[in-house]
Amino acid sequence: MILSVNHVTTYRYDAPMRFAVQSLRLFPSRFDGQRAVRWDVSVEGGLRGGSFRDGAGDKVEGWSLRGPVEEVRVLVSGEIETTDTAGVLRGHREVVNPLAYLRETDATWIDDALRDLAETASAGTTDNLDRAHRLSHAVSEAIAYVPGVTHARTTAAEALEQGEGVCQDHTHALIACARAVGMPARYVSGYLHATTDGTPHEAAHAWAEIWVGNIGWIGFDAANVCCADSNYIRLGSGLDAHEAAPIRGIAQGEGREEMEVSVALGQVQQ
Amino acid sequence: MLSRTAENLFWIARYIERAETMSRLLEVGARIALIPSSGHGYRSEWESLLQASGTAEGFAEKYGDPIQRNIESYLFFDRDNPSSVISCIERARENGRIVRTALTAQVWDALNMAFQEIRQLERKPRSEIELTELTEWTMRQSALVRGAIEATLLRNDGYDFLNLGFALERADNTARLIDVKYYVLLPAVDFVGTGLDNYQWQVLLRALSAHRAFHWAYGGEITAAKIADFLILNRQSPRALIAAITAASDSLEALAEAYGKSGPEQMRARALVAELAELRAEEIFEEGLHEFLTRFIRDVGELSDMVYNAYLSGEAR
Amino acid sequence: MTDYFNEMYETGKVRAPYARLENWTKCMPAELRQMKQAEAEALFRRIGITFAVYGEGGDPDRLIPFDMFPRVFAQAEWRKLEKGIKQRARALNAFLLDVYGRAEIVKAGKVPAALVYQNEAYERAVAGFTPPRGIYSHIVGIDIVRTGPDEFFVLEDNCRTPSGVSYMLENREIMMRMFPQLFRENRIEPVDGYADALRRTLASVAPAKCDREPTLAILTPGHFNSAYYEHSFLADLMGVELVEGQDLFVEGGFVWMRTTEGPKKLDVIYRRLDDAFLDPLCFRPDSMLGVPGLMDVYRSGGVTICSAPGAGVADDKAIYTYVPEMVRFYLGEEPILQNVQTWQCAKPDDLKYVLEHLAEIVVKEVHGSGGYGMLVGPKSTKEQIETFRAKIEANPDNYIAQPTLALSTTPTFVEEGIAPRHVDLRPYCLVGEKIELVPGGLTRVALKDGSLVVNSSQGGGVKDTWVLAE
Repeated sequence: MILSVNHVTTYRYDAPMRFAVQSLRLFPSRFDGQRAVRWDVSVEGGLRGGSFRDGAGDKVEGWSLRGPVEEVRVLVSGEIETTDTAGVLRGHREVVNPLAYLRETDATWIDDALRDLAETASAGTTDNLDRAHRLSHAVSEAIAYVPGVTHARTTAAEALEQGEGVCQDHTHALIACARAVGMPARYVSGYLHATTDGTPHEAAHAWAEIWVGNIGWIGFDAANVCCADSNYIRLGSGLDAHEAAPIRGIAQGEGREEMEVSVALGQVQQ
Repeated sequence: MLSRTAENLFWIARYIERAETMSRLLEVGARIALIPSSGHGYRSEWESLLQASGTAEGFAEKYGDPIQRNIESYLFFDRDNPSSVISCIERARENGRIVRTALTAQVWDALNMAFQEIRQLERKPRSEIELTELTEWTMRQSALVRGAIEATLLRNDGYDFLNLGFALERADNTARLIDVKYYVLLPAVDFVGTGLDNYQWQVLLRALSAHRAFHWAYGGEITAAKIADFLILNRQSPRALIAAITAASDSLEALAEAYGKSGPEQMRARALVAELAELRAEEIFEEGLHEFLTRFIRDVGELSDMVYNAYLSGEAR
Repeated sequence: MTDYFNEMYETGKVRAPYARLENWTKCMPAELRQMKQAEAEALFRRIGITFAVYGEGGDPDRLIPFDMFPRVFAQAEWRKLEKGIKQRARALNAFLLDVYGRAEIVKAGKVPAALVYQNEAYERAVAGFTPPRGIYSHIVGIDIVRTGPDEFFVLEDNCRTPSGVSYMLENREIMMRMFPQLFRENRIEPVDGYADALRRTLASVAPAKCDREPTLAILTPGHFNSAYYEHSFLADLMGVELVEGQDLFVEGGFVWMRTTEGPKKLDVIYRRLDDAFLDPLCFRPDSMLGVPGLMDVYRSGGVTICSAPGAGVADDKAIYTYVPEMVRFYLGEEPILQNVQTWQCAKPDDLKYVLEHLAEIVVKEVHGSGGYGMLVGPKSTKEQIETFRAKIEANPDNYIAQPTLALSTTPTFVEEGIAPRHVDLRPYCLVGEKIELVPGGLTRVALKDGSLVVNSSQGGGVKDTWVLAE
C-alpha cells in the first residue's frame, strides 16, 4: 500500500521567545515493512542541525530557531510504501540490546494491579509469542478507549485504575505488563491510516513493541487489538511516550505555549 | 570573552562603586543632621537621603520612621537592602568568585579581603563602631580594588568592562547624590543662598571628597552655580558627571576598537559627552537642577541597557 | 596496630623513600609546625580552595584539612603502579567502546548482559555512536589502597568526572612554597605538567569536523557547585573558558559560546556535569543546567563531550568485579593491579555470606559515592549493623561488600605530634591520543585515629604525594 502523509505541528507563543531548539524523530524507520518513496521534514524559518541514526535505528535531526520566536511550524510531507509483516520488525538495524528495554520509567511504573494483570494473563503459557498476544488482549479489555479522560502525563498504573484511556495509555500499560513478566517492551510512535476493519483513523498513533526471543520485536496495538500491519507507519521508539516523542523541543522565554496538530493520511491510487 | 564573564566584571565594578556611594550618602546625612537648625519642614534630611538612594520604600517597610541608628544599619549592614554596603560587597565578591580566572590574584585578594573584613565588622557590637569608621573603611576597600585593577590587570576587554561599570555607576550615583540637595531644599526655597544652603553644599562636596579641590579650582564664595559647574561640567573633577560619562565613552571606544565594530552604544555615549561639554551651569538651573538630573539619570540608564544588549546579553551576532 | 603496613617505618627501620624526611621532622619543633600549619591554611583560604559538604549546611567555605607530612613513593613502586593504572584505563575504555557497539564481551559470556543493559548508567542514547578515537573516559581516576610493601588493590574506578585533581596541584604548590629546602634535598618528580597534558588530551579528541586548532571549554554546573573552585582552577591553568549551560547554544549542528563578540564555535567540552543534566531534550527535561540540543550535536559529530555520556556504566560498583576480566579479554594481559574481593548481595550465596559477616566487612551502595551510605563493620555499633542489615535485606541488589582492608598508614601530623594514619591514593590517568599519567595523585588521609574512611565529607584530609626520581 502506498500512503501519503501530511503532518503539520504548530507551536504558538503569546510572547516572543528568545530561541527554540528541536530534536525531531519524524522519519520513517527502515525495515521490511516500509520504504519511503519521498519524505520531507522541515521547520519553517529554522536552521537544520546535525542528523544521525541512533542505536535504536531511529533517524534524529536537530533544528534551531533564532529569536524572537512567536511560532514554530514543523512540516512533514511524504509518501511511503508499506507491506504487512504481521507486526514483525524485520530487517531493522539496531544495536541496543533488548534487555535495555526492561527498565521502568515514571510513566510505565509497574504497580501491583499491573503486575496482577500481567501474571493472570500469561498464566498457563510458556510460549513468548502467545504470552505477548494475551497481554495485549488483557490490556485492551482492561482499558476502554475513551478520549479526553486521560492526559499526556497519565501513567500506566493510573490508566489501568481508571479503566479508560487512549492509545498512549494502552501502550504504556502493555509495556508495563510485558516488563512485569520479564519481556523487554518499548513505545513506538508513528501514524495509523485505518484500523484493520477499514475504519479510517488518519492520525498520529502509538503502539507497543514486545521482544519475542526467537522472532524479534513485534508491534502490538492494544488500542485496536491487533498487530501493526501495512496501515501503520513506524517513526521511532523509546522506553515510554516521552522518550519516543516524534518532536521534542524547548523554547526559552516567558511566553505560554499552545500546540496545534493536523495530520492527513491518504492511500495513493496506483 | 564570554558575555557572562563580561557581565560579572561589569557588576563587580558597579557594586564596588555603589558601596562607596552608599557610605558617602551616609556621611552626607550624618553631617547635615549635625546642624542644629535643620529640623524644619515636614520631611527630615534622612528621609531625603533614603529617597535619593532609592531605598526609602524598603526602609519604611522594615523600620517605619527614619531614625539615624536604623538608617545606618539599613544602609550599611542590612542584607534585606540590596544596595547596602554589605550587600554590594558580598555581591561584588561573588561576581569575582565566578570569574576568578579573569582577575589577578591582587584583585581577587582585594575583593575577598573586603568580604572577610565586613563579616568581622558585622559581628562587632554596633555601639563600638563610629559611622566615620565605616565610611572610611568602605572608601579604603574601594580604593584597594581599584588600585589592584589599575596596577595588575591585563588591559584587555575585561578591563574595559570593569571601567565601564565603574563609570556608568558613578555617573548615576553622583547625579543621585547631587539630587539629595534637591530633596533637602525643596520644602524651603527661600533658603537658597543662605548660610544653611551653603553649608549643605559644602557637606556634599566633603562627601565627594572634593571640597579642597573645589576651593583650589574656584576660590571665593561657594555658590550653587560654581558647585553645579564643578560636580557636573568640570572635567578636572573626577566625580563630575562629564568625567564619568567621558570615561564610559572611552571604554566603549576601546571595546569598539578591540572588536572592530561599533554600534549605537558608542554613538549614544559620544552624544552624551558632547551635550555636557557644551552645557553651562546657568542652563542647568534654567531647566531646573532636579529636572536635569532626572533626565541625566534616565539617559545613563538607557546607555546601560544598550551596553547590556550589545555585549552582556549573549545575543550579539 | 602492627597489622597495618606503615609506609615509613618497617620493623623499626625507616624505609628508603622516607629516609630524608626523618631528619626534617626532627628539626621541626611544635611551635614551628603550628606556625607552618596556620600558614598553609591561610594560603588555602586565600586562593579560595574550599569545598562544601552536601546536605550538611554550615560553612560553605570549608577547607579540606591539609596534612603537611608528604606521602612518598619510590620510583620503582610508582613504575609498577603506573603500568597497572594505564592498563586499567585502557581496559575500561575498551569495555565502553564494546558495550555501546558490538558487545563482544557480553556475547562471550564474560560479563552478564543484564548487568550492563539494565544498569542505570547505560545510556541507550549513545549506543551505536563511536566518539573520536573511540575514547569514552578521558580522565580516569582510580582509587588505590596499599596493604603491604608490594600489595596494591583497586578500590574503585571513576570514569565520569573524578574530582580532586586541583588538590593534587595545590598541595604541591603550597608545599614547595613552605618547604623549598625539602624539594632541594629530595628529587621529586613534578606534577605541574597535568594541565598541559589535560589540554593535549582534550584537543586530541576534537571532532573530525574540526579543521583548525580546537576550542576547548570546561562546562560547570555553576558557582554554587562544591567543586566550582576546581573547575575554575583547571580552566585557568589550561587557558580555556569556564562555561555554564546558559553560555552555550546549538545551531547548524554545532555548539556555540555566547561571547561579547558574537557566537564562538566550541569543539571539545570537558563537562563536570552529570549525564542527566547535559541536555533537557535528551535526558532530564527539567534540567536548567544543560544545553538543549547538545546531544544531537554530539551524536552527529559536531562536538566532543569528555567524558562521553554513558561512561558511567564502566565504573559501577557491580561492574567493578569484572574489570580484571576486561583486562584479559581486551588486552590479552594479566591485570597488574588487583581488585578487592567483592561480594555482590544480588547473588544469594554472597548475600548469605555478607549477612553472616556484617561485623567484619565493609558494605557499600552500588551507586553510592563519597563515603555515604556505607557500613564499616568493625567500626560500627550493634545498632548500626542491625539498621544496615534491614536495608540490605530490603534491597540486596543495591549493595556490595568487601573485606575490611588493612589500609597502609603514613606518618601524619596530629595534635600530639606525629602518628600513623590510614591513607589511600587517587591518581588521574589521561586518555587521548596518548595515555598519560603525571607522577603523583591525591593522597587522602583518615585523620581520626583508627578510622579507615578517608572521604573529605567524613573527616578526611589530604597530603602532597611524592614520586621520587631515580
